[in-house]
Amino acid sequence: MKIKEKIIEMLLGFCAFITVLTTFGIVYILFSESYRFFKEVSIVRFITDKEWTPLFADKQYGIMALLSGTLLTSAIAMVVALPLGIIIAVYLNEYAHKTVRNYLKPVLEILAAIPTVVYGFFALMVVTPFLKLLFPEISGFNALSAGLVMGVMIIPLVSSLSEDALYAVPKSLREASYGMGATKFQTSFRVLVPAASSGIIVSFILAISRAVGETMIVAIAAGQQPRLTANPLVPIETITTYIVQVSSGDVVNGSVEYRTIFAAGITLFIFTFLLNNVSHFVRKRFKQQYE
Amino acid sequence: MANKRNRRIDKAFRITGLLATCFGVFVLIILLGSILIKGVTRLNFQFLSSLPSRFAAKAGILSALSGTLWIFGLTALFAIPVGIGAAVYLEEYGKKNKLGGFIEINISNLAGVPSIIYGLLGLGIFVHALKFGPVILAGALTLALLILPIIIVSTREALKAVPKTIREAAYGLGATKWQVIRTQVLPASAGGILTGMILALARAIGETAPLIVVGALAYVPFVPKSPFDNFSVLPMQIFNWVSRPQKEFTVNAAAAIIVLLVITFILNGFAVFLRNKWQQKVKW
Repeated sequence: MKIKEKIIEMLLGFCAFITVLTTFGIVYILFSESYRFFKEVSIVRFITDKEWTPLFADKQYGIMALLSGTLLTSAIAMVVALPLGIIIAVYLNEYAHKTVRNYLKPVLEILAAIPTVVYGFFALMVVTPFLKLLFPEISGFNALSAGLVMGVMIIPLVSSLSEDALYAVPKSLREASYGMGATKFQTSFRVLVPAASSGIIVSFILAISRAVGETMIVAIAAGQQPRLTANPLVPIETITTYIVQVSSGDVVNGSVEYRTIFAAGITLFIFTFLLNNVSHFVRKRFKQQYE
Repeated sequence: MANKRNRRIDKAFRITGLLATCFGVFVLIILLGSILIKGVTRLNFQFLSSLPSRFAAKAGILSALSGTLWIFGLTALFAIPVGIGAAVYLEEYGKKNKLGGFIEINISNLAGVPSIIYGLLGLGIFVHALKFGPVILAGALTLALLILPIIIVSTREALKAVPKTIREAAYGLGATKWQVIRTQVLPASAGGILTGMILALARAIGETAPLIVVGALAYVPFVPKSPFDNFSVLPMQIFNWVSRPQKEFTVNAAAAIIVLLVITFILNGFAVFLRNKWQQKVKW
């Protein structure tokens, strides 16, 4: 009986250990392939060059050309998702009537369940043609359309995490504020939002991390032309799109072109890893304790 | 304080908030509506039962749909037992030591890793190091690792909801730890566990990026018969059709999206239904 219990505990422990193996696997694969890549391409050129053309005859390996695409689409997405997410969170938490809330919230959650390839289709086929009416010079592939759609996709992430944070603020604070004669708006933005700030900041950081790693929307709607630009109307390429582009072609295993996707991947991984850990830090360090 | 002004701001925000929320709903309606209008006429038996083709009118989603079913089944087969096992270990056996803390942080970190990075992992380990090649098995294992953190987190929530008294009563009757878990804790939390499972699998079948990296093909002119066959999946087929300039393929993409959304919504709806049912039934 004792032995059986021990064996079961070990089996279950192994299941938990698989998650650790996964992390080691990711780090090992990214580092080992990138190491071989950086033996052939200097890391200084990787960071300082302004062009990314590993698939052309004249090969340039400047990751900034891809990183700028990632940052541009993510920034556009955040302009949509952060303000709308927080406004929706405050509205649903403080203002909305219970029945309104019970109807609107699940509908909003549907946005989070839709596969990203569907958003990509929507960005390319619906949003870009619409933007063409406003900006006639816009290209068929552009950062603006992809960024805006990505922003809408991320709204539920920001709003539901921020709402949880607002909900966790003790009732006494809210009531004290109303007792002083404050309006809902004053209570929301001068008492509740500051009190829930750590949770709200965490939701913002996770939203950025999500946008940086998003792949299909930008792969479909933002184009495949790496360039260092802040112009949202022209085709660009993100890190994730480049990985998709190389993966869907036939690149020989072990070639420099093959290794570029791991070098691009490790750049992406470092970014999201830092963002996620900052969010853990914020959650731990700035957690307000109410009694 | 200008009280009137404050009240006006308050009213303005109420309207802003309602508009912001309705904006999300509005986009959802436009999204679903535009896809329905584009694709619904293309949906017929021929479309569901045909292999892909160079000619849009002859093409169908049979191989992509069967690939999605294969991936769904195998991913569930790998991810569910391991996910439940890991969650039970962390929740019931887990010691509050350094290793336990490390595993916890590690899982929340894994949940934040972009899905395309899992694709690179699958490409490096399953496709090349283990020499599976770009086959169903490699794709399913990759997606299983991708959804593992989601399953572990939701299973742990379900296990946490089982009150301590139930465990203590069982121990009081002389049950061993595993007996307590198997006969009391797991049955009591089955509803919550199942809900999390279904949501995680719904996420898995909508994933495109990791499977592209692993090597899912855009053109698969056969129905896969074994886990070692090459494959495509619905999102992959959609991506391929969207990327083509011809308008007829766009219509195919819209029709395939309708099929994908129906599957996704059925799974999500089922999960919500289970959750509500469980919450009503179980009151500790």
